[in-house]
Amino acid sequence: MPKTKMLEALDRLSSKKAVKYGVYLIAVILFFALILLPPILGIIIKWNTMQQVLNQPALMSRALSAVQNSFIIALFVSALDVATGVPMAWLITRGKSKWLNVLDTVSDIPFIVPTAALGYSLLLFWSEPGGVSSLFGNSLISQGWLLVVLLHFTFSYPVVVRVIVGALLDYKKEYENASRTLGAPPFTASRTVTFPIIKPSLIAAFILAFSRSISETGATFIVAGAFENGPVFIQNMKKDYVGSTYEGSIVFASFILIAVALAIFLTIRALGPKLKLPVTKIWPTFERKLSYSKAASSRDSVTLLIFFAIVLIPSLFVALPALQAIFTDTLPKSLSGAGVWGEYWQSLLLSYFLGAVVTILNVIIGLPMAIIVARRKLGVLPSAVLDVLVNVPLVVPSIALGVSLAIFWKASFAFMPEMVVLIFAHLAITYPYFVRSMSAAVERISPDLEEAARTLGAKPLGVFRTIVLPLTKYSILSGAIMVFTRSVSETGATVAVVTSLRTAPVVIVDWVMKKVAATPLEIGLGCGFLIVFSFIILLALRLIVKGKGRY
Amino acid sequence: MADVRVVNVSKKFGKIVALDNVSLHIHEKEYFSLLGPSGCGKTTLLRLIAGLIQPDKGEIYIGERLVNNVPPEDRDIGFVFQTFALFPHMNVWDNVIYGPRVKGFDMKKAGTIGHEVLEMVKLHERSDAFPNELSGGMMQRTAVARALAAGAKLLLLDEPLGQLDAKVRNELRYDIRRMVKDLELTAIHVTHDQAEAMSISDRIAVIKKGKVQQVGTPEELYMNPQSVFVANFIGESNFLEGYVSTMIGKETSIELRGGTKVHATDGDLKRGERVVLAIRPETFTIEKEAKRGENVILGSVERVVFEGTNIRYEVRLENQDSILIVKPSLMGKWFNIGEKVTVSFQREKAHVFLYPETGLKEEIAVE
Repeated sequence: MPKTKMLEALDRLSSKKAVKYGVYLIAVILFFALILLPPILGIIIKWNTMQQVLNQPALMSRALSAVQNSFIIALFVSALDVATGVPMAWLITRGKSKWLNVLDTVSDIPFIVPTAALGYSLLLFWSEPGGVSSLFGNSLISQGWLLVVLLHFTFSYPVVVRVIVGALLDYKKEYENASRTLGAPPFTASRTVTFPIIKPSLIAAFILAFSRSISETGATFIVAGAFENGPVFIQNMKKDYVGSTYEGSIVFASFILIAVALAIFLTIRALGPKLKLPVTKIWPTFERKLSYSKAASSRDSVTLLIFFAIVLIPSLFVALPALQAIFTDTLPKSLSGAGVWGEYWQSLLLSYFLGAVVTILNVIIGLPMAIIVARRKLGVLPSAVLDVLVNVPLVVPSIALGVSLAIFWKASFAFMPEMVVLIFAHLAITYPYFVRSMSAAVERISPDLEEAARTLGAKPLGVFRTIVLPLTKYSILSGAIMVFTRSVSETGATVAVVTSLRTAPVVIVDWVMKKVAATPLEIGLGCGFLIVFSFIILLALRLIVKGKGRY
Repeated sequence: MADVRVVNVSKKFGKIVALDNVSLHIHEKEYFSLLGPSGCGKTTLLRLIAGLIQPDKGEIYIGERLVNNVPPEDRDIGFVFQTFALFPHMNVWDNVIYGPRVKGFDMKKAGTIGHEVLEMVKLHERSDAFPNELSGGMMQRTAVARALAAGAKLLLLDEPLGQLDAKVRNELRYDIRRMVKDLELTAIHVTHDQAEAMSISDRIAVIKKGKVQQVGTPEELYMNPQSVFVANFIGESNFLEGYVSTMIGKETSIELRGGTKVHATDGDLKRGERVVLAIRPETFTIEKEAKRGENVILGSVERVVFEGTNIRYEVRLENQDSILIVKPSLMGKWFNIGEKVTVSFQREKAHVFLYPETGLKEEIAVE
């Protein structure tokens, strides 16, 4: 059948209610079957093994304190991220210098460095003799909680800045102008008008930073040393215990991580809108002092200092050994695939293959779900419930998700190849990112446009093909970029799921943790390749996206 | 003192010239309108006076004070936005007392002011309502109340009625003028609606493409436009093209297309110069009987539009020019399509302008 004839047939088919709702139903079933239920069922299947932990008070208190550490760090880092990200976003959107475009682009860099490479970079910068520590004679910040805080701050900072920059760009500056004409100096105007209005975005930024921090495993493992948070605890259990004690401990830790993360997420969601931004009182004289040149330029200087000294330079510090390696025999050795490099290249290929498959799957099963959520296709209440449920994997720590997913698939479908389970695990982790960005994009399209197309004779699929798709092309691609980078970076869920397969970040973690004998130059070069390839792929995708689908 | 002086002010946005060497003096307690088509620079000028943007060149004085480097919060102004810009997270009351609060007034004083201005705009009963619970007219009244509560002597209004229904718009514009006059404020009101500007302003500046075309009272602008653009933009005008055939003192004889000769008193012109005659539609006389005399032209009715109060005739003149004539519908006899008529006008009612270098169409274009 020629292509147009086939499209016409599909268009006609789509106007049948049974077909339309069939597609939506399949999307919902897939969401429950592949993403939401397996982790819950995984924990239920092994519920009894938790008894092992409850019988060992020392192990239980170790697990609880690790989980507690996870939440303390996540809450602290997210608050710090928002506190430091707001002035940075302000500088990017409101500053007048022509260099701000550069700053805007550069602020994304830590986002595209895979977290395992980022962890090693930070370790080199803060702890190892070659970094800033050499200025002080000994390790400035050794492995432990402080380095974990710095790491989590570094990788979640760009996400927070991006969200707040977006909110400030969308925000109608007229409100602030109104406030200024009524006599409020800039500080008062932003405190009493701008930030209360963009509060939902500040909360969203906080939740994103929080979920990133609670999930991160690979890089945390590199910099944690003897310190344990939830994911590191689960990792350590592998070497400390076997059999049912091992299972019990990881199920216990995963269950508490998931339960508390969900409780925090729901609390923020419920109380966030009611939260009044601090103090409604106004101190005209003091706030006036904070508004003008001296205070504003010191705020900008501190912001830039934090960004360069704590975020950017430590993130890119790994470039030094990578560059050094280029001038030694490490480079030819790496290219020939000798020694540790054979496994490295294989793992890199696996990472990108996995990223690509997961991205395609997300587009296929995520798009109908995004439309259901954005257009309330299944009725107001069911769609709103789905809207909340879609977010669940976002706030669940990825290693906990991986642990319960692995249990479920291996217990229920033992024949399932490890590769498929790995794909399902990455799909579960990345799904909310894609659905969220797509549903936001669909919501931005006025329903009038779709109705206009319908009145002109287009069938539902025709409306989707000719109106929704062209107008959301940019969001589909940017959602795909997000999914791809998240999958390539993911370590926690991967280590929880696989026994034989190894992705690139897992290999890097193994090298750094000395499970495989690799020299510092080799580790540096391994990280360097990972960053360069990720950068090239992102750049290529950005070039494809550039200027397309923006109306 | 809350007079405003704008001296040789220019402003560019990239390559677009928004204002080109503009000078104006707005007197204290005056209700002044900036009138012009979309994109002419009137809002830019208002935002410059408010301090929301900075001029590239020139000076702005509020009272005796040069305010070029004074931030908006220190200019002692009230600004009413076209989009209302009511703070969505505050109710009417909090919006209204925002100005007094940020200026450091104690709550008692802020409260007194709040009650006074809400009384003035008749919104006392809705003080608990949030902006999204108000009608367009109520939102704008709240916006006006908020600007007044800040205690400014200079009120800047940026198309304040642009988003309202015609009926609400008509009521609210007189309300705003009344409040401005009662409180003895100076007001600068930006609008593209000439009827609005004419009905509420003490004086109007007509702006086109970043330049002030003419400043005057509504009557002056209407009766004595200084350019083809103003003649067209304020009210309506018929434009007849021709050449100066003779000049005796101030008396000008003009030969229209097709050889018809008419007379006017306007202009400092030379023989042979290409000119445009602007004549208001309501100043024409239209009669059935053929008659002879000065400024009498024959034509036939091509179109008749009944508008209620008025009736509009489109008449094709014998030289093929088409003109519009407006007559009160309840007075005199009506004419039918195709009817032969005689139209005439008094010489002092015709304004003569040199033919614009850019062409007539371009000169009167509003886009």
